[in-house]
Amino acid sequence: MIELVSSDRCIGCNVCVRVCPTNVFDMKDKIAVIARKEDCQTCFMCEAYCPVDALYVAPQADWSVEVDEAELIASGILGSWREEIGWGQRSGDTMAERDTTPFFEVFTEQYRGK
Amino acid sequence: MSEVAQVGSLNLTTDVLVIGGGPAGTWAALTAAAKGVNVVLADKGYCGSSGATAPSGTGVWYVKPDEKLREEAKASRFLMGGQLAEHRWMDRVLDRTYENMNKLGVFGYPFPVDEQGNPHRRGLQGPEYMKLMRRLIKKAGVRILDHSPALELLADEHGVAGAAGVHKQSGKTWTVQAGSVVIATGGCAFLSKALGCNVLTGDGYLFAAEAGASLSGMEFSNAYAICPTFSSVTKTAFYSYASFYHEDGSIVEGASSKKGRSVLARHLLEGRQMFAKLDGAAEDLRPLLRVAQTNFFLPFDRLGIDPFTQAFPVTLRFEGTVRGTGGIHITNESCGTAVPGLYAAGDAATRELICGGFTGGGSHNAAWAMSSGSFAGEGAAAYTQSLGQYAARRSPVGCSSSTLIRQEMRPGAAAKTEEYISAVQDEVKPYQLNLFRTEQGLTSSLNRLDGLWKEQRNREIQRSPEGVKAREAEAMTATARWMYHSALARTETRGMHKREDYQVTDNSQHHRLISGGLDKIWVKTEAVNKERVLL
Repeated sequence: MIELVSSDRCIGCNVCVRVCPTNVFDMKDKIAVIARKEDCQTCFMCEAYCPVDALYVAPQADWSVEVDEAELIASGILGSWREEIGWGQRSGDTMAERDTTPFFEVFTEQYRGK
Repeated sequence: MSEVAQVGSLNLTTDVLVIGGGPAGTWAALTAAAKGVNVVLADKGYCGSSGATAPSGTGVWYVKPDEKLREEAKASRFLMGGQLAEHRWMDRVLDRTYENMNKLGVFGYPFPVDEQGNPHRRGLQGPEYMKLMRRLIKKAGVRILDHSPALELLADEHGVAGAAGVHKQSGKTWTVQAGSVVIATGGCAFLSKALGCNVLTGDGYLFAAEAGASLSGMEFSNAYAICPTFSSVTKTAFYSYASFYHEDGSIVEGASSKKGRSVLARHLLEGRQMFAKLDGAAEDLRPLLRVAQTNFFLPFDRLGIDPFTQAFPVTLRFEGTVRGTGGIHITNESCGTAVPGLYAAGDAATRELICGGFTGGGSHNAAWAMSSGSFAGEGAAAYTQSLGQYAARRSPVGCSSSTLIRQEMRPGAAAKTEEYISAVQDEVKPYQLNLFRTEQGLTSSLNRLDGLWKEQRNREIQRSPEGVKAREAEAMTATARWMYHSALARTETRGMHKREDYQVTDNSQHHRLISGGLDKIWVKTEAVNKERVLL
């Protein structure tokens, strides 16, 4: 679930408040805050839309974990999902353009390893 | 009937109201707008990120109009679905999906291009797809109400004529009077946190039933996804490459994603943790899998796990009707219901017409969403146009079965709602009740669910964000009751519906189960039309 809004990075653009499907964020003192963490469904959409990579959604859906912002930045995880989708500044192409794999049901049949 | 709908803080009149802004809702809005009518779309979250599709990637049942390919495509799930799909519907969904996917290419979806320069249209990446759909409907003039869950439909003696709800962020109420309404609220996953599914609480089923519509195939409602214990990312298809292990590293005999899911469930029931490793995927396949369903790897990457070489704990996460096939009963080719002016699309509608009783998960649901959305959008637009001058002179009232009020709810109401929600989850999530169904289990569960319904039904619910949760609890309770009444009536095993006490398929039950009712639930049979043509 959502574990971090980086106050260093947040520019108070309100995008996460707008796009979170379960309305987890509020604006407070011109930056976003996690107001209703229990409603987070771990869908990663806020991260995808955040223009400054200020948000981190931990993969754990049912329990909360401690995170360290400096570590997330150092490991390149912060902003990695937006980058992967192709919505980041450094992204060359989009995930959609890369997906040339065949129709999934055919695919799994053909490639089944056993 | 609740109080006469009052003037909300936002009071709109339109031709077509679409409830739900996932793929089905946006296609309905786009198609209706293209017919020249005014459209309002209300989403309980944000149209563009809401629902099961947006955070995910999905294959699409996109099959070129080649006779042989089409026949193979139709046969792929036909037997597994207990022969409940209908050829006529599969044909029109395949046609419309082909057409709509090609349109998406024209509209700017960045389909990859192969070496010959041909677009490759086998799937869609959710974030990109839904962002585009939002842009398209805005361009088409659709008015979008985000964070605006509906609380009830509005109707008069002639049929459905709008809906009322609340804006979650401001707490202000809204009312939209409309000539017709498309319900595209998705299925019901009972707040199980399956990826993107917590906005899918069966609201549309409840609204439709309150207006007098029926449901179909609610026994096909026990989809469970294989999923890492820690994660929300459900992507069962990948586990066809998995081996399953006990804690001590020994293989779990008979466990597999396709035929052996019940083996997994039985182990979990015994309280034994299971582990999976995708070691059946050959080296050269691994990068391809990453490209096809990138979001599958997101939780693993973040935890530093390589799912191909390292075992990780798995569970079965409940996905209810989202990857089941039950939903609102469709009564004509425009995805209309038994109630005039009311249409249903996407996972909110039954998908038995193309999947039978086998999962609609993935490509079929995606195809159904874009085609049923288009059928419903066209149908709703035509219906409103047929009303002419009459549309403006209606005074519809709210349909909610519980009284909706403006005053604050009693103290402790929110805690009560939480209690109802976990009580319903306790009936639908357990494998011993829902996956391994028995008469005894279903009956005892229904006794408790009926009690829960009665208790909630007599509550007054405020037109507020808190009231939305109370209505979601009611919707989930009602959904569970239609599910289990239908499951009880089908005394056989067919598709995903498995009865421990009736383990074989009974040819005399090759029919649909239609259900409905609120205080008293009814279930009846309906013949499967092999060539249903109701033009």
